[in-house]
Amino acid sequence: MDTLSLVSRRNLLKTGGAVIVSFASGALPKRTAAQDVGAATDLGKPLDVHEVDSFLAFHADGSVTIYTSKVDVGTGLRAAMPQMAAEELDIPIERITLVEGDTALTPDQGGTGGSTGIPRGAVEVRQAAATARQAFLNLGAEQLKRPASELTLLNGRVRPVSGGAGIDIGTLAGGRRLALKVDPKAPLKDPTRYSLVGKPQPRPDVPLKCTGRNSYVQDLSVPGMLHGRVIRPPAIGAKLLTVDESSIRGIPDVRVVRMGDFLGVVAPDEWAAVRAARELKATWSSWQGLRGSDGLERFVRQSPVDRSEQLVNKGDAAAALAAAPKQLSASYQWPCQSHASLGPSCAVADVRSDGATVWTSTQGTHGLRASLSKIFGIPEDKLRVIYRDGAGSYGGNGNDDAAADALLLSKTVQRPVRVQWMRHDEHGWDPKGPPQFLDVRGALDAQGNIAAWETEMWLPSAIQGTRPFLGVDAAGMQQARGQNAGQISQNGDPPYAASNVHVVVHWVKETPLRISNLRAPGKIANAFAVESFTDELAAAAGVDPVAFRLRGLTDPRAIAVLERAAEMIGWQARPSPNPRALQGDLLMGRGVAYVRYKQAENYVATAMEVDVDRATGKINVRRVTCAHDCGLVVNSDSLRNQIEGSILQTLSRTIHEEVTFDRSHVTSVDWASYPILTFPEIPAIEVALIDRPTLPPLGAGEASTAPIAAALGNAVFDATGVRFRQVPLTPARVRAALLRS
Amino acid sequence: MAKYSFQLNGRPVSVESWDPAQPLLYLLRNALGLHGPKFGCGLAQCGACTVLIEGKAARSCVTPVRQAAGRAITTLEGLGTPEKPDAVQAAFIAEQAAQCGYCTNGMILAAKSLLNQTPKPNLDQVKQGLAGNLCRCGTHTRIVRAVMRVANA
Repeated sequence: MDTLSLVSRRNLLKTGGAVIVSFASGALPKRTAAQDVGAATDLGKPLDVHEVDSFLAFHADGSVTIYTSKVDVGTGLRAAMPQMAAEELDIPIERITLVEGDTALTPDQGGTGGSTGIPRGAVEVRQAAATARQAFLNLGAEQLKRPASELTLLNGRVRPVSGGAGIDIGTLAGGRRLALKVDPKAPLKDPTRYSLVGKPQPRPDVPLKCTGRNSYVQDLSVPGMLHGRVIRPPAIGAKLLTVDESSIRGIPDVRVVRMGDFLGVVAPDEWAAVRAARELKATWSSWQGLRGSDGLERFVRQSPVDRSEQLVNKGDAAAALAAAPKQLSASYQWPCQSHASLGPSCAVADVRSDGATVWTSTQGTHGLRASLSKIFGIPEDKLRVIYRDGAGSYGGNGNDDAAADALLLSKTVQRPVRVQWMRHDEHGWDPKGPPQFLDVRGALDAQGNIAAWETEMWLPSAIQGTRPFLGVDAAGMQQARGQNAGQISQNGDPPYAASNVHVVVHWVKETPLRISNLRAPGKIANAFAVESFTDELAAAAGVDPVAFRLRGLTDPRAIAVLERAAEMIGWQARPSPNPRALQGDLLMGRGVAYVRYKQAENYVATAMEVDVDRATGKINVRRVTCAHDCGLVVNSDSLRNQIEGSILQTLSRTIHEEVTFDRSHVTSVDWASYPILTFPEIPAIEVALIDRPTLPPLGAGEASTAPIAAALGNAVFDATGVRFRQVPLTPARVRAALLRS
Repeated sequence: MAKYSFQLNGRPVSVESWDPAQPLLYLLRNALGLHGPKFGCGLAQCGACTVLIEGKAARSCVTPVRQAAGRAITTLEGLGTPEKPDAVQAAFIAEQAAQCGYCTNGMILAAKSLLNQTPKPNLDQVKQGLAGNLCRCGTHTRIVRAVMRVANA
């Protein structure tokens, strides 16, 4: 019998440091002095975003460490950022390791959100690398006694342009810091000379993930660690009345933690904690403060308006609408949706007398540290927050709350505590993507062009400060009570020529559930309304939907993606709808949508082919094409992976997903009550990347989600002649509408 | 505490548990240090916790340890290593068929189980074979491609 040998996994905690993954052709992370980060020598390194040493460390053996607060939540940043740095430094990518999201080691480049990993995170690192490149050329000039202008950097060595061995940058750096300010004018490599950027680069985490060797926060074990579970109330606002600890007497070594309305358990054995949380008898007050998801639209539209904000006001939309021979109007609805992370949120916290460490999959290590520091009274320099991989979070899921739970429990029991939420915790209590309601009005002129357009949106208002943590709230501790779901009012105006446009958002005061940013915040729903309505105008004009859009576009990049997506799907020009039976009850159609993300970033067009079963209401997406222009392409393969994922996740959100709740609590608390897309439903996907090597790189984790819902609705309209303006397009909803038509 | 013995990745092991109903998942992850299988739902709905029992995919989050006793269990770690991945792992790596990777364990083992029973599945059989495994990142097309790569090898 040999039990112990199986336990002898590499203890990643030995140095107390961050996860290191290197490009050692899929091998386990190799450890060199350079990679021994988190050791005492690395602590105290510069963190100021103006210092090269904050971003980069050049080791004597020629290896390089990148430090960044941007984290790879499965998006491929772990490959793309080293690609950009290796390109600029002209060193083999295998020599680079990346340290992500560690408040003690990484400069604060902001959280990982809004697709900023590349355009801010990697671009800042690239500028630091370009600065270092110049420094190495100058250092090399001294050593080689030749002017820097006669030298170049190649394969990690400074050498004469005319040839010769030169000297490697590890030797030049000599293991010292460069002590240099980032030079914003340090010249960047000419994109025509790129050899790494733009090419597919295998991600270093994939071999680890495919063999069970990637280290997730869920896998972390700290000496003396207890497993914790939090017991949330059966109704959101319920108060804890009584706890009967004798109800879990049979479960070994459990300690109950009660603080105000916060109720948790800790135990050395995880299963003991799970069972104790499940079996602990507690009584709670009744609470029925919710209105129920069935009345959501009425609730939101009738909620008092905090303020109305005019986003676009061009020409005189109201007058143009009134003067137009024919007006169209339509209302669109998007439900509350969950991040629905595949693994529930998890964190490990270790509160000691001299400070605390929190390991978490948060997308914002530095922001989380600031909030926790204030609430728990731990000075920021004594509180270290370290990112570890977790299940994809797609924005603000339960991770930050789990971190606060773990910190609260660790502080109370004075032991390291690992908290993992259960499935019902994640689905029930993650802050939700907000519900969105839009009214759109429009009119065509005599030539069939857009004469006037009005969009009116109802969205939950942002409240300054961070979102209250669930556990902290229950414990009755002081904290900020902010609310913010991201830039949710963008893409509410049409990207097409129109001389009279008015867009207003009514920021409403009340929202039924806690909200947060959920992938492409707000923009999928806004584009669903805008691009569906564009289709409605095209249909009213009797014009082919692609041709109608092209008429209103002048930007060649916009035209390029739209034409490409249409061409890939084999678009036949004709007006919609065009119901035609494929066979029996199956109706077939196609739809298109175009978005310029945030009206300022990526150009994305998507086309799809669907069939709809008239008898069952089931939508089957057969093919999806997407043409995508995000400026400079960094890692073409992981970019494709992000686009494919964006398409499938948004199809899931559009066809299946709606958070339901009654008067007391969320009722969609597992994968049966909150279903997502499954394998038999996946379409064939074709992606075209339009690379613009001379333009800055934009983020690409969100943009291609934005046109998906609209393209689907437009395809279903084409197939059935029925316009769907409410998401999700579940079989029951589709079938009922087709029966009415 | 009762002791439970089984084959794990080809080697005999034994673990102790205070509760014969303790799901195998917790013992694999905590007592035996194998982190391939993941907690996703605890309800057998998502597949993140999948292991092979006698070569067939099983949900370790709802498999009581007493039912594992005497059986041959394989986890993702038991298939191969980053240096020497098995054929399915190698295909997933070649297709870069992961994003966050939390479902990957279940995908590879469900595929393994399918291929054990149907060595040359067609596209529909692969989709049906993986129908009970959820992926939230939307990596489905790559996962299917990886499995087809093995099926067509």
